[in-house]
Amino acid sequence: MSVLVDKDTKVIIQGMGKTGRFHTDRAIAYGTQMVGAVHPSRAGQTELFEGETDHSGVPGRPDRYSIELPIFRTVKEAVAATGATVSVVYVPPPVAADAIMEAADGGIELVVGITEGIPVADMVRAKSYLSRRNCRLVGPNCPGVITPSECKIGIMPGYIHKAGRIGVVSRSGTLTYEAVHQLTQVGLGQTTAIGIGGDPVNGTDFIDCLRMFNDDPATEGVVMIGEIGGTAEEEAAAWIAANMTKPVTGFIAGTTAPAGKRMGHAGAIISGGKGTARDKISALEAAGVTIAPTPTDMGTTMLEALAGAGT
Amino acid sequence: MNIHEFQAKELMKSRGIPVPVGRVANSVSEAIGAVAPLVEETGTPVVVVKSQIHAGGRGKGQFKEYPELGGVNVVRDGIEGGVEAAKARVGELAGRMLGSTLVTVQTGPHGKPVSRLYVEQGIDIERELYLSVLLDRSTSKNVVMASTEGGTEIEVVAEETPEKILKAQIDPGLGLLDFQARDIAFGLGLEGVAFKNGVKFIQALAAFADEFDTDLVEINPLVVAKDGSVVALDCKMSFEANALYRHLEVREMRDLSEENAAEIEASGYGLSFIKLDGTIGCMVNGAGLAMATMDIIKYVGGEPANFLDVGGGAEKDQVAAAFKIITRDPSVRGIFVNIFGGIMKCDTIAQGVIDAVAEVGLSLPLVVRLEGTNVELGKQILDESGLNILSATDMKDGAQKILEATRS
Repeated sequence: MSVLVDKDTKVIIQGMGKTGRFHTDRAIAYGTQMVGAVHPSRAGQTELFEGETDHSGVPGRPDRYSIELPIFRTVKEAVAATGATVSVVYVPPPVAADAIMEAADGGIELVVGITEGIPVADMVRAKSYLSRRNCRLVGPNCPGVITPSECKIGIMPGYIHKAGRIGVVSRSGTLTYEAVHQLTQVGLGQTTAIGIGGDPVNGTDFIDCLRMFNDDPATEGVVMIGEIGGTAEEEAAAWIAANMTKPVTGFIAGTTAPAGKRMGHAGAIISGGKGTARDKISALEAAGVTIAPTPTDMGTTMLEALAGAGT
Repeated sequence: MNIHEFQAKELMKSRGIPVPVGRVANSVSEAIGAVAPLVEETGTPVVVVKSQIHAGGRGKGQFKEYPELGGVNVVRDGIEGGVEAAKARVGELAGRMLGSTLVTVQTGPHGKPVSRLYVEQGIDIERELYLSVLLDRSTSKNVVMASTEGGTEIEVVAEETPEKILKAQIDPGLGLLDFQARDIAFGLGLEGVAFKNGVKFIQALAAFADEFDTDLVEINPLVVAKDGSVVALDCKMSFEANALYRHLEVREMRDLSEENAAEIEASGYGLSFIKLDGTIGCMVNGAGLAMATMDIIKYVGGEPANFLDVGGGAEKDQVAAAFKIITRDPSVRGIFVNIFGGIMKCDTIAQGVIDAVAEVGLSLPLVVRLEGTNVELGKQILDESGLNILSATDMKDGAQKILEATRS
């Protein structure tokens, strides 16, 4: 079991530039069912992907792959022709919000927004648009979503993952890799790892992911990784205290970050005294979440939390 | 991106938002020259001389060279002495303020040099209010925030008297609705002409924030003058960096002299760099990991000298540039490179580090922690380089090693 995506998930890509093409190739090598691309001016053509299978992904495949990916004019046409339910968005920032909204209108159930640098106002509008449709957005400015050995959508390295027992949700890309790597090393593995992104306005939040992991029978615990800025971690803490039945451990980045400075991510800023790592850590600890003292201890902290919970 | 007060007021004026009449002065003679036309145009003999730097708290700040002098000075000499007296006093003030260093709660102890003044009409103030438009991250919508406590920082009001803060959420499709603007104006206790002016001001400010993609536009204080006019006496604006591509007018207002030179240089290479006060330089891929690296340096007892994210697809040139920027800081006593290679391969990074060292030279201890794609190959390249590079097994090990190396 897993959340959001599995081996049957069919995915289209919006924005097949150099980056989009590279990661589509890596996804196909991993075994993700990439079924089409949307490109208004290249519709009717196909894009060829071939190479060596990434055997850290979906098991039982031949050593090489060769796929002709059909290109469609619109998301609607791609969905009608392929039955895709998920779209991954790599289009450049100025037009990314439009791509997300097109996906929602085109019948896509899950949009994974990889693009970094989308104007906040565009995302405010896109989020409002999505709230009136049956469509979930993960991201933007995130590494994507992966269910190990089944489906990889995004830019994360596949081979560090291992199918297993822990859900991962994170605002940071490389810290997600760090957590995933440690969970693999201590033998716990992951059910699904979700990057919710480093922007101030994002689609899916911590609470959405915690709820999904809480309801997923295969997930035995959740690692959540937050950082300075906003109050999403504090809100998650309140939800955990009231609802969570599984151990949650975590890490919050930015204890040493100065106030008023944007730390790489658009959303990582302490403003008006709000959004400090200290506040987030206190709120989460009060809700029963064990915070790893350093990012090197994320895997062992979960191992200990599971032992303490008697699983 | 931040802009100066005089630029913000220019922009507001261009969109019909009432601001006091004012003139920019880059020299003493320009400051003196601004007085007579101001007095003539506004009919008021009082003028205000304001330091133009990118930092708040100017009024309560002090000049290093003249501790008795604040960053904002009201000149009342014109009331009795006429324009000539006002000019004399403005000249005297400008002579001290220009070229001096203003220290405020936001500049840090070093302060900021004042190279520009804004000479503005004095306003006959009846009441001081607070008004701002900013993003509410928990609802993903912009909100208008107001309070009757003008002149006080909104964080202080939120802490001490939260009931005095009025809020209206802006629907992204509809904008601020008229009744919401009226609600705020009523909540601020505005009446008569001031009420009408207040409603107009609030509507205009919400439209302004929407048009210019501001992160924050804060009017503090928003003043109600004795004649019922509603005017932005001071304002603070910051614009969202990701949306600047569609606001050429705003982009041209960027004042590079207000920013850290190393941070500007880093952004030219696509590096995200922030200077800090410690002694251990860091080079990391990913914003979250870069913050966590600073945290772990502190955790083991050291102090990070910087935040530096080389990004997910760093090339050799960027690694070299990052090295140069870090090593140029005289307080740096050691460097910690912390890379989790995903798409970015460890062997590429290792080669980048070696090339950078060859180009820049290495007189400081260097600890490298590599993990992820092609990690063994990366470590081998470093080992065989013959350079004095300490290899770390994980982040904590790396942080401890660089701390030891900088202490010995």
